[in-house]
Amino acid sequence: MTIMQIIFLITASVTLFAALMVVSTRKMMHAAMWLILVLFGVTITFALLETRFFAIVQLVIYIGAIAILIIFAVMLTRRSMNADVPQVNRNWWLVMVSSLALFVGLVTVMSVWEGFFVTARTAPPGGENLVQLGTALVDPNGFVLPFEVASLVLLAAMVGAIYVAAERKEK
Amino acid sequence: MGIPVSYYLVLSAIMFVIGILGVLLRRNALVTFMSLEMMFNAANLIFVTFAAYYRVLTGQIFVFFVMTVAAAEVAVGLALMVAIFRTKHSIDLDQMSSLKG
Repeated sequence: MTIMQIIFLITASVTLFAALMVVSTRKMMHAAMWLILVLFGVTITFALLETRFFAIVQLVIYIGAIAILIIFAVMLTRRSMNADVPQVNRNWWLVMVSSLALFVGLVTVMSVWEGFFVTARTAPPGGENLVQLGTALVDPNGFVLPFEVASLVLLAAMVGAIYVAAERKEK
Repeated sequence: MGIPVSYYLVLSAIMFVIGILGVLLRRNALVTFMSLEMMFNAANLIFVTFAAYYRVLTGQIFVFFVMTVAAAEVAVGLALMVAIFRTKHSIDLDQMSSLKG
């Protein structure tokens, strides 16, 4: 066990515990707080891979924007669900069995891959090559079309969100 | 000795399965949403792991687009949730059955 492995295992166990709490807690606000812990754990994992750029992006987009948006939605839908009624569906055992089967299948497929037990290669020293990443996003031979489509998707989502959530006067 | 790839992969797999559990089990629409975000994160984690392992650019760019789509999805989804809550005063998924054929 090296120091890096110990850091990873602590981060992973905290992340997974928080993930379980998101799924199992009864209060929505608590679930949102645990979700922030999950996102932060993923950020630390990105940092362990030395992908600094994505660690920052994860912090800014997920914790800074998405988690805050979810907390706003939780506050806007106060007293929406009684915390005393059953919180789970009736066929919970079926879900348990199928997701356990999915997990076993995933790990089996991944462990067949020859690099499974190899030490993970981190990003090159100094993090990812951001210049390369940036030019690829606006390169006509690269990803400029998906990039523009993504901006269009964001614009459409913004307009749609405003239209759906806006309060309309009765005609 | 660094960290084996298997650690990252298994962490991502467990996170993904917990997210699926949340989506399938819970009746609260917002908790379902949070579980969806967790599944996005698990997928991103595996993408970044492999992008760092193979030193390829495509994996990183894909993570970029996953994050974009996740942001758009959250904006529209939460707006829908607020709109549904305004009319039905509940976000219980079992009660959102008006579109049932």
